[in-house]
Amino acid sequence: MSDFPSVKLHVVTGKGGTGKTTVAGALALALAAGGRQVLLTEVEGRQGIAQMFDTPPLPYEERKVAVAPPGYSGKGGEVYALAIDPEAALIEYLEIFYNLKRAGSVLKRLGAIDFATTIAPGLRDVLLTGKVMEAATRERRGGGRLYDAIVLDAPPTGRIARFLNVNAEVAGLARMGPVRQQADSVMNLLRSRKTAVHLVTVLEEMPVQETIDGVGELTKAGLPIGGVVVNMVREPLLPPDALAAAADGTVDTTEITRGLKAAGVDDGARYAEGLASEAAEHARRVLLEDRERTLLAELDRPTYELPLLTDAVDLSCLYALAGQLAEQGLA
Amino acid sequence: MTAFDIDELLDSSAIVVCCGAGGVGKTTTAASLALRAAERGRKVCVLTIDPARRLAQSMGLTELDNTPRAVAGLDEAQGGSLDAMMLDMKRTFDEIVLTHSDPQRAEQILANPFYVSLSSSFAGTQEYMAMEKLGQLKASETWDLIVVDTPPSRSALDFLDAPQRLGRFLDGRMIRLLLAPAKAGGRGVMKVFTAGLSVFTNILTRIIGAQALKDLSLFVTSLETMFGGFRERADQTYKLLKEPGTSFVVVAVPERDALREAAYFVDRLGAERMPLAGLVLNRVHTSTVDGLSVQRSLAAAEQLDDSGESPLTAATLRIHADRQAAAARDGHMAERFTAAHPGVGVVQVRAQSTDVHDLEGLRRIGTELAG
Repeated sequence: MSDFPSVKLHVVTGKGGTGKTTVAGALALALAAGGRQVLLTEVEGRQGIAQMFDTPPLPYEERKVAVAPPGYSGKGGEVYALAIDPEAALIEYLEIFYNLKRAGSVLKRLGAIDFATTIAPGLRDVLLTGKVMEAATRERRGGGRLYDAIVLDAPPTGRIARFLNVNAEVAGLARMGPVRQQADSVMNLLRSRKTAVHLVTVLEEMPVQETIDGVGELTKAGLPIGGVVVNMVREPLLPPDALAAAADGTVDTTEITRGLKAAGVDDGARYAEGLASEAAEHARRVLLEDRERTLLAELDRPTYELPLLTDAVDLSCLYALAGQLAEQGLA
Repeated sequence: MTAFDIDELLDSSAIVVCCGAGGVGKTTTAASLALRAAERGRKVCVLTIDPARRLAQSMGLTELDNTPRAVAGLDEAQGGSLDAMMLDMKRTFDEIVLTHSDPQRAEQILANPFYVSLSSSFAGTQEYMAMEKLGQLKASETWDLIVVDTPPSRSALDFLDAPQRLGRFLDGRMIRLLLAPAKAGGRGVMKVFTAGLSVFTNILTRIIGAQALKDLSLFVTSLETMFGGFRERADQTYKLLKEPGTSFVVVAVPERDALREAAYFVDRLGAERMPLAGLVLNRVHTSTVDGLSVQRSLAAAEQLDDSGESPLTAATLRIHADRQAAAARDGHMAERFTAAHPGVGVVQVRAQSTDVHDLEGLRRIGTELAG
């Protein structure tokens, strides 16, 4: 059972290097399980989705990238992906609202599209979030595929509140007019029960600090915070009673020598010192991770943990992570 | 895999630029290099972009005043010094505006919403301002060596491209077109609008509204006097990066994405004829226990599990097996990079068990870097 039954738009953010795109991909797969249709979107032009699903670079077009197990109806779940590009989104916007298809290409040649999407305060973000909103609010009549859920692989934690708070961003630009209207409807969706912003982190000082700051900024902007996904969690290997001592560097080498002998490693004495010092480093790491975990717990948000994968993340890992997210209730 | 000589680099360079993808430890690398150079007797300034809070505090970077400050706790036996500063992008931009225009015009520019947007959120402004600050620090001739940490860009290449992109942007056709009506008369924008002279003014008005277009036009007009300057400065700083005495250090971690970025950057530096010192590979897992393979460790651990003897030993064996496996994987990643870029020297820094947030930690990393 999902912890977020009312949510249709899942925004996934996280500091660089925490595996935000991987988590977004796994979440999309988890949401698609049981025969649902999910759209996974990215907005930073990195083609991270294509790399993750091992497909050619994605155009500005919804493409099927993965399947998920079918539901009772027998219909298979599907994950579609879309790389949203602000220039293409602006041209599409002009087409839809102003029927300005040809003007779009003229504007592009003049550099006006580049200009508008880079300098006009917040316009870029309104276009990006606007496209996500369009996909999230599609209705039976009218064009486009209908989705049960949308996952947005969003900009990093440091920029997320500003990226989503498009209203404030365009305030300097437009007090009225179409952009303002667009921003208002985007804001309505983002602040509603249909949206949740999930934060991905690892148990290290900077990412955790950024997560805490990010939660603060999102709260201030009135944006709904979803869960905290702690990624790349190491399995604690030392027995709890040995942990604190090991962190202080007091690992019983005599015991290790004896243990190695018992395990049939006869030249055990050679390795005892080295194993003890590796255990000490491991213990310090575990204690540091515990401290960071305590800090995260103070946020009082539903928290999900994903294990550290020893090999590069491939599709099968992604399905495994999706399973864990579903099991823990994020999807 | 060949190493490169960090101490020689620190002793002979005037500028060292640390670049790489986000989250690979660029700031820590830059700070460690700067500290080491200073303790080897050079007068050093380190320009950081976004340091971790505790690292910033340890370097005395508590004030955001956009000026280098002396770092306390340095070993000054060799006669060196270390100043550190954190880049304040908006302030650097404001300062350029203030320097290049009269007070009244400057005030107009600073208050314009388009300026506020450009100076605080334009993709590339941070890179541009980092380059600008580097140029200023260099021109002051106060230091023997400046170590620069580059902004946490989406891609490492942004750092090289953004300044010129911003220059091109401010110089661009679009700006010229917007300027034309404003020059033609006081109410140029409206004139253009009614005369239907230009498709895009019309459309821009529809999208962003007439008031915004007026702000934009005013902004562009008031910045006009500075445009030439922008382009010229971007070009100058770019040249600075090609001068002898400048070296690039590419920073990565042994992961696919980070190394791919590093490879792009290495190739790009080559194409631009910019001097690459080498690759710093952070967070490399190593194991100091030779002769105990992953398989042997795990087999021994299982045997102990079965007999119920010494859980401590079983645990240490598993920890060791994990480390061995990680070390093998990291070694493989590093080899892949070297196979494709055989001429690039690589210096490795071991994965630290705790975060680095004091001078002692930076010093330790400096020692490791120097091999």
